Amino acid sequence: MNVGIAGYGVYLPRYRIKVEEIARVWAADSERIKNNLLISEKAVPAEDEDTATMAVEAAREALLMSRVPPDKIGAVYVGSESHPYTVKPTATIVAEAIEASIESTAADYEFACKAGTAAIQTCMGLVASGMIEYGLAIGADTAQSAPGDALEYTAAAGGVAYIIGRHSLIAEVEGTHSYTTDTPDFWRREGQSYPSHGGRFTGLPAYFKHVYNASKGLMKKLELKPDDFRFAVFHQPNGKFPRKVAEMLRFKKEQYLPGILVDKVGNLYSGSSLLGLARVLDLADPGDRILLTSFGSGAGSDSFSIVVTDTIREKRSTGTRVDDYLKNKKYVDYAAYARLRRKIKV
Amino acid sequence: MSIPRFWRSIKSRYNLIATKCLSCGGTYFPPRAICPKCRRRSRLEEVKLGGNGEIVSYTVIHSPPEGFDHKGPYIMAVVKLDEGPCLTTQIVDCEPEDLKIGMKVKKVFRRIREDGEAGLIHYGFKFKPRGDG
Amino acid sequence: MRVAVIGVGLTKFGEHWDTSFSRLFVEAGARAIEDAGIDGGDIDAIYVGNMSGGRFIDQEHISALIADHAGLNPVSSTRVEAACASGGLALRSAAMAILSGMHDIVVAGGVEKMTDVLTERTTQTLATAADQEWEAFLGMTFPGLYAVIARRHMYEFGTTREQLAMVSVKNHGNAIHNPYAQFHRKITVEDVLNSAMVADPLRLLDCSPITDGAACVILASEEKAKEFTDSPVYITGSGQASSTISLHDRERITVIDSTVNAGKEAYKRANVEAKDIQVAEVHDAFTIGEILAIEGLGFVELGRGGPATEEGITQIGGKIPVNTSGGLKAKGHPVGATGVAQAVEIVLQLRGEAEARQVDADIGLTHNVGGSGGTAVVHIFEKG
Repeated sequence: MNVGIAGYGVYLPRYRIKVEEIARVWAADSERIKNNLLISEKAVPAEDEDTATMAVEAAREALLMSRVPPDKIGAVYVGSESHPYTVKPTATIVAEAIEASIESTAADYEFACKAGTAAIQTCMGLVASGMIEYGLAIGADTAQSAPGDALEYTAAAGGVAYIIGRHSLIAEVEGTHSYTTDTPDFWRREGQSYPSHGGRFTGLPAYFKHVYNASKGLMKKLELKPDDFRFAVFHQPNGKFPRKVAEMLRFKKEQYLPGILVDKVGNLYSGSSLLGLARVLDLADPGDRILLTSFGSGAGSDSFSIVVTDTIREKRSTGTRVDDYLKNKKYVDYAAYARLRRKIKV
Repeated sequence: MSIPRFWRSIKSRYNLIATKCLSCGGTYFPPRAICPKCRRRSRLEEVKLGGNGEIVSYTVIHSPPEGFDHKGPYIMAVVKLDEGPCLTTQIVDCEPEDLKIGMKVKKVFRRIREDGEAGLIHYGFKFKPRGDG
Repeated sequence: MRVAVIGVGLTKFGEHWDTSFSRLFVEAGARAIEDAGIDGGDIDAIYVGNMSGGRFIDQEHISALIADHAGLNPVSSTRVEAACASGGLALRSAAMAILSGMHDIVVAGGVEKMTDVLTERTTQTLATAADQEWEAFLGMTFPGLYAVIARRHMYEFGTTREQLAMVSVKNHGNAIHNPYAQFHRKITVEDVLNSAMVADPLRLLDCSPITDGAACVILASEEKAKEFTDSPVYITGSGQASSTISLHDRERITVIDSTVNAGKEAYKRANVEAKDIQVAEVHDAFTIGEILAIEGLGFVELGRGGPATEEGITQIGGKIPVNTSGGLKAKGHPVGATGVAQAVEIVLQLRGEAEARQVDADIGLTHNVGGSGGTAVVHIFEKG
């Protein structure tokens, strides 16, 4: 198929809040939460950051790395469940801010936490068919969580962008496979500020079933086995789920641990598995094969097999890497967090 | 700001589009219709500024105007861009005590303000420390 | 040039909860007319400075409003606007109307009613003197612009935080002796340094207050003035200059070049030099503003404004007393009225009617700035 990734970019906000600080406010047992969820802190957007701003920052990084002229970008898709407007696309803001061709197509995607990989698949189709030369696929969120809800420990913010094309690829996508059912594990109704979820129902019938089957289906289709991959990256709503599903699929720690970042940044929702992919791309050598499987509540998974090319070393030398963002952080207390996230109504 | 007034300036607010005078080489941001030095001999073309610069001076606003209330103190600065022109901008991702005249900064894309809960969100440039001096 | 000032009038400056915009103007106008000993029928034209009737009281067409309420219809009435320099511009326009030979007696007035709206609205309205699209829209405030200048001035010249405070202390001290001033309260450097932060490094007591007030002067041709007085004060110089509306567009933000240029024009027209000025009212909307003014007008060298203030040369009894009225800082700053109120003070000083704040002077100067320096107006006054 010879379609793949020409460049990628990440954006993480600077602020972090620790599990202990959230637990302190709700008089919860932080050690138990940390052990259960395998997380320690999450990224918090500044007051003036949202899905659009983080999508733009990630997209600019991706363009810089790809060296693709912005007017060659023929499609912009932004996947998110926290678009700043209910009606009015985030994608047009991004397209304008990166100076994409005004003859490009653009749209917003929504599929809980897998809208970003859905955007990648769309771009792959458009590129493979020859409709566009390059497409920009983004997963970005400022994830919402009700104060005091279990989600509050993980719902984070960040954006990740991939430029999909045929030329000058840092990695080729050798196949993709999806698995989709109507499974109501997590949702948000129109006009509601925060999502609702099915508690433990989000586990086995939702996350594990879809991630497992999409990954298995892809490996079967491509006649690959876990040993053929150097890295395996999964959607990471907490630290436990991706570890567990990786073990179910018989991946080893050295394959899946490098792509798990949720313990340091929280759940980026649409950007979650895409951030993990960016991290392992930062580490990968030419010839490495990577498994990526997303999960979106509602529910579905997209799985990809990606093979890294020689070009990656040269292109990776510019821009900001994932670990740079992990280092640049400032902790806030719950009061500042509540103000930044506009949880205080005035 | 009214919708057309904001929309008209989106290019410059998102991407620092400026004008350069081909007669004298002066660069102006935001774009001008006439070069203040060359006047009727102006030969202007659009250029995109790189978004790197340094702080000329700064302040921390403690008494905000309408639209910036409830945000807490924030930093405003005059920044001189590498291409020459200066602009007024908010500085983010930086604590007031870490600010310095001469500090290197780079542009970022942020929300500038919003027209109430139901109105338009205005995006544009702010600047943050470049981290390399 | 020689244009006579034959009458002056002021309202008390401050919070006039029970007095309307037009009533303020009429009160100042009536006092000026009485002071001049003229009759309403003698007046040929009115020039009124007003910054923002539209935003403060939702009223435009100020010119007709005040002519009507002053009972002066059908005389021609014109509003001039250059933000905080509106009053200075009204004075200059009135002087030019006389010098052109078109009119013999003209009223130059200024008025602002700032307390009818909430403080956030006032802050935002004052910021309309800055570039709306590329300064104010981004969150810059008016004190913020002067704070940016102040910090740079401190960086370039070593001006100290205490020296800025001394401007405020001096002007508050002067205002105690001005019955028209908004504040009659002695303050210390510590008071300034402990007052609330507004825009770092500027604090509340570095900033001029929100003020209601009006001021009027009656100008007459040299010939006509003789019918009413034997010893008028003359305006002998006038200068006005423009600079970039945005502070960031200036070559150098620590010099208000419009002040320098307006000063040069005024000195030239009056055939005097900076060293000849014996008393001055300058635009201290913020403490740094007075330091910029005494440097820009040439009273001291560039960068010497802070130390000169500390040495006391601008105090009453100093080499060049500045803001004997209390200045914008302590007398109050009803923006559109300020430029005219400065002229009132200098006329009182040259007439020897400044009571406890009287200085020995035959030649004085007023300096009025709009925005962060987009407009500056300078006038020279001499004893007849």
